[in-house]
Amino acid sequence: MSDAERALTLPPRWSRAASSWREAVGTLAVVARRDRFALAGIIIYVAFFAIALLAPVVAPHDPQELEYLPNGDVAANLPPSLAHPMGTTNLGRDIFSQLLYGSRAALMVGFVAALGVVILGTLVGLLAGYYGGWVDTVLMRLADVAFGVPFLPMAIVLVAFLGPSIWNVVLVMTLLLWRDTGRVIRAQVLSLRERSYVEAARVLGASHTRTMFVHIAPNVLPLSFLYGSLAIGWAILTEASISFLGFGDPNVISWGYMLQDAYNSQALARQAFHWFVPPGVCIMLAVMAGFFISRGYEELLFPRLRRR
Amino acid sequence: MKRLAFVLSRLGQTALVLLVVATMLFLIFRLMPGNPLVAYLDPTFTEDMERTLRAQFGLDKPLHVQYAFFLRNAVRGEFGNSFFTREPVDEVIWNVLPNTLLLTLCALLLAYAVGIAGGALLAARRGTWVEHLGIPAVLATRAAPEFWVGMLALAIFSFSLQWFPLGGATSPGSVFTSNWARVLSMDFLRHLALPALTLALYLQGLPTLLMRNSMLEVMDEDFITFARMRGLPERTVVLRHAARNALLPVVTAFALGIGYSIGGNVIIETVFSWPGLGRTLVRAVAAKDYPVAQAAFLMIAAVMIFMNFVADLFYSLLDPRVSYERR
Repeated sequence: MSDAERALTLPPRWSRAASSWREAVGTLAVVARRDRFALAGIIIYVAFFAIALLAPVVAPHDPQELEYLPNGDVAANLPPSLAHPMGTTNLGRDIFSQLLYGSRAALMVGFVAALGVVILGTLVGLLAGYYGGWVDTVLMRLADVAFGVPFLPMAIVLVAFLGPSIWNVVLVMTLLLWRDTGRVIRAQVLSLRERSYVEAARVLGASHTRTMFVHIAPNVLPLSFLYGSLAIGWAILTEASISFLGFGDPNVISWGYMLQDAYNSQALARQAFHWFVPPGVCIMLAVMAGFFISRGYEELLFPRLRRR
Repeated sequence: MKRLAFVLSRLGQTALVLLVVATMLFLIFRLMPGNPLVAYLDPTFTEDMERTLRAQFGLDKPLHVQYAFFLRNAVRGEFGNSFFTREPVDEVIWNVLPNTLLLTLCALLLAYAVGIAGGALLAARRGTWVEHLGIPAVLATRAAPEFWVGMLALAIFSFSLQWFPLGGATSPGSVFTSNWARVLSMDFLRHLALPALTLALYLQGLPTLLMRNSMLEVMDEDFITFARMRGLPERTVVLRHAARNALLPVVTAFALGIGYSIGGNVIIETVFSWPGLGRTLVRAVAAKDYPVAQAAFLMIAAVMIFMNFVADLFYSLLDPRVSYERR
C-alpha cells in the first residue's frame, strides 16, 4: 500500500465499535442516535425510497409521454404551472414526473453498487490481511492497479465497451470502488489477527474460515459500512456523470439523464432553471445523505474527531 | 542507499501498474463490439477495400502481434492517425494537453489555498457556529455534481449576465503568434475563469476536510499542550505549531490531486467545451475513434500514476517516520 494514500485514508487510532455480527449491523442505530447529521442522512434516504416506490402513484404524468395542449400542439417548454409543477421539456415531457422516477435509478445504482463495494472490499481485505503471503501480494497489487486507473475515464470506456445499461454502470462502479475498502480493511485485519482472542479461537480449534468470518469480520464491518455509505454517494454521482456525458442507459430516466437532456436542449440559453435545478438538487441531497452517514461512522470509529 | 532502493522499487512498481493499465486498455478496445472502420464505411465501399484498410491498420494480424505493435508504438509515443480527422494522434494530444494542465493547476492551487485556510479555521473554531455551518457547506460542494454547478454558472454568469464567454478556450477567429501569447492573452483567461472556479469549488472540499482532521489530530498532541503551557498566545499555537505539522497529509494530497483531477476533468471540460484531454477522450469514445481514445486515456493514466509516485516520494521525504522497508 502506498504510504501517501494511506495517510489520506484514516487516522491511525480507531476504536472497534462491534465484536459480533449483530452489533456490527446495530451500529447504524447507534450512529443514528449519536449523530444528528447521520440521522438526517437516513431520513433523506427513507424519503427517497418512499418516492421511488410510490412514483407511479404520485407522478402526475408518464415521464416518457409527450404532453399535448388542448389545441393539439406539443406542450413543449412550458413554465411551471399547476398541471406541470416544474414545467415541461423541449419535447413536452413532464419534468416533475421525470424527477420522481429519477429517484429509482439513483437509489438502485447507489445502494447496489455500495453493497457490492462493501462485500468485495471486505472480502479482499479479510483474505489479504488474514492469509498474508502471496495472497496478500496478489490482491494488493490488484488494488495498486485499481488505484492507477483514472476513475471516470475508465468508467466511461468500460460502459461504452459493455453497453449502456444501468447494471453495467453498477458493475463498473463495484469493480472500480472496492479498492479503498479493501486496503483499509486489510490494514485493520493485519493488526486484529495478532490479538490474543484470535489466537485463543484458533487454539480452541476454530477453522480459518470461522476465525475470519466470526471472530475478525464483525470488528471491521463498521469500517466497511463507513466506506459503503461513502460509496453510495460516489456511485450516484458517477451514474449522473456517465449519463450526463451520454453513456448512460437511454431507457432509464435518471437525474443525470435529465441534466444531459436539459444541457443539450439549450435549456441554459432559455434560462429554464425550473428544468435543470431540481435534478441537481436531488443528486446533491442523495450524495450528502451518504456523506452524513459516513461522518456518523467516522465519529463513532475515530473518537479523536469527536466533539470534546 | 536505502532511499535509492526505495525509490527504485517504487519506480518499478509504478511502471508495472502502467503496463497493466495499458494492457487492459488494449484488450478493451480490441474486444469492443462494432467495426472500428465504421468511419470509412460508405455505399461505395467494397469488401476488397475493407480488407486493404484492415491490413493498413494492422487489424488483420493476430492479437498478440497487435499487442506488440501497440506497446512498441506507445513507448515511442506513436498512436497512428485519428479515424475521423486523419490527424496524427500525438499531435491531437499535445495540442490539448497544455489546456488541461493549465486548467487543473489553476483550479488546484486556488482550491488548496482556500482549503488549507478554511480547514485550519474549521479546526480552530471546533464546536462553534463556524463549524456547524461550515462542514455541511463543504460537504454540499463535494456532493454537488460538478457538471451541474458548471451548468448553473454558465446559465447565470454567461447566458444571463454575460460576464464570461459560453465555452471554449479562445474566441472563435482569434489568432495568436505563439502558444504562450495565446495562453497569456486576456481572451484565454476570460475563458479559463469559469471552468477553473467551478473546478476549484469542487476540489477545495478535500483539502479543507483533510486539513481540519489533521489539525484536530495534531492539536491533541503533547507538544501543543506544552506550547500552551509555555504561555504562547493561541494564535501562535494554532498557526506556528499546529498548522505547520498538520500540513503533511494536505501536501501529499496535492500531488495525488493533480493526478486525480486530470482524470476527473473529463466532465468539467465537456460542460465548458474546454479543448482538453478529457473532452477529447469523451468525444473519441463516443465516436469510436479508437486511436485517439487510447492515447488520451493512456496519457491521463500516465499522469495520474506518475503523480501517485511523486506523492509517495514526497511523503517519505517529509515524514521521517516512514521507513523504506517494504511492508
